[in-house]
Amino acid sequence: MKNTDVIIIGAGPVGLFAVHQLGIKGLKAVVIDNLDKAGGQCIELYPDKPIYDIPAVPECTGEQLTTRLLEQIKPFKTEFFLNERVDEVYKEKENWVVKTNNDKEFFAPNIIIAGGVGSFEPRKISLKEAEKFEGKSVFYAVKNKEQFKNKKISIFGGGDSALDWALELSKFSKITLIHRRNEFRGAQHTLSKIRKLEKEGKIFIKTPCQIVSLENDKELKSITLKYDDEKTEKIHTDVILGFFGLIMKLGPIAEWGLNMDKKTIGVSPKNFETNKKGIFAVGDICSYPGKLKLILSGFHEVALASVECFKRARPNEKYRFEFTTSSKTIQDRLGKK
Amino acid sequence: MPKITYKDHQGNSKTIDVDNGLSVMEGAIQKEIPGIDADCGGSMACATCHVYVSDEWINKISKPEDAEIDMIDMAYEPKKNSRLSCQIIVSDDLDGLEVTTPEKQT
Repeated sequence: MKNTDVIIIGAGPVGLFAVHQLGIKGLKAVVIDNLDKAGGQCIELYPDKPIYDIPAVPECTGEQLTTRLLEQIKPFKTEFFLNERVDEVYKEKENWVVKTNNDKEFFAPNIIIAGGVGSFEPRKISLKEAEKFEGKSVFYAVKNKEQFKNKKISIFGGGDSALDWALELSKFSKITLIHRRNEFRGAQHTLSKIRKLEKEGKIFIKTPCQIVSLENDKELKSITLKYDDEKTEKIHTDVILGFFGLIMKLGPIAEWGLNMDKKTIGVSPKNFETNKKGIFAVGDICSYPGKLKLILSGFHEVALASVECFKRARPNEKYRFEFTTSSKTIQDRLGKK
Repeated sequence: MPKITYKDHQGNSKTIDVDNGLSVMEGAIQKEIPGIDADCGGSMACATCHVYVSDEWINKISKPEDAEIDMIDMAYEPKKNSRLSCQIIVSDDLDGLEVTTPEKQT
């Protein structure tokens, strides 16, 4: 069990800036995110797309914004818990307990939910049979490539993950790469390597087609593909790897007793507190009259939420509003001399 | 005002007026048409406003840009006539457009 002042759920831009706003007030935070890196949608969905509406930053990409925010919060030496999805939130006396899918536990008077549209999860094959084999012969990520040695592998997808793994696993397995259209969106140099291996008969490429069924007895035996022209083809397959990209799922957030409106959490625009004392929601996931889903709105929201967090975490201290330009205390916290 | 018809996967349909200049997605969200989630709010960063455009219309609307086609790869059950409804901008030319929402978005 880890004790802290504030548990931040979500490491997107708004979650990261929450660390800053709490940090300059002398509050400690931990950040939990289901992805393997910080940045949220900025890093997962549009790392290369320019953003033009960050105040005083005429143009920066999702990745640059993330890098700069991480730089800005460096002085606070915040602990990140990545690849962790928050599953449970419950109250213990005046404090909140947060439990992740890997059974990590956190304890704090405040929680800031900066969860965007929820957690990123791989899109799965929408066939019932595929569900049955998930984790046995159907996978959506490669954790240990050794288990894919000397197999007949069908890889689905048109992006970098599909291409990279097709190339890597082709070193010791028979690979069929399958995509719903003829164009692959992954890196062209990887694709040309794969095209070369295709000519040499080492990788098979099947497009434009989609999976329509799985055939099995106890083990997965084969899959059936259907082409755009309605023709079908059976492919002997031991393992299916699906890389259809990530989708955002609200997930367990809906079960924490918060005031939900569709996929958003109702908050007070005064301090962004939810219907539960000490639980705040900021950024895309919160809703209040006039809410705009902008990064800059999220920055404002965490600034106000952090004041309320201070009051709850330091009930015996008086909150003093201070400017970074003039406060020696804040400058100390930022490591400025 | 152009009329847009939203059909769900079971064939139930609703026809609504959508202002020129709004996207087919925005029209649906404003009138609370079910079946279109639009999680990212129209920034082409998700694929949860995915619709199928009827054959009659698919060639009449402007062609998708590459980024949209790439994003459709991540949609639920993409087909040849798949589009992101946030990228279809309503104009008088689209009066009568019919789109079908997939069984689910995520």
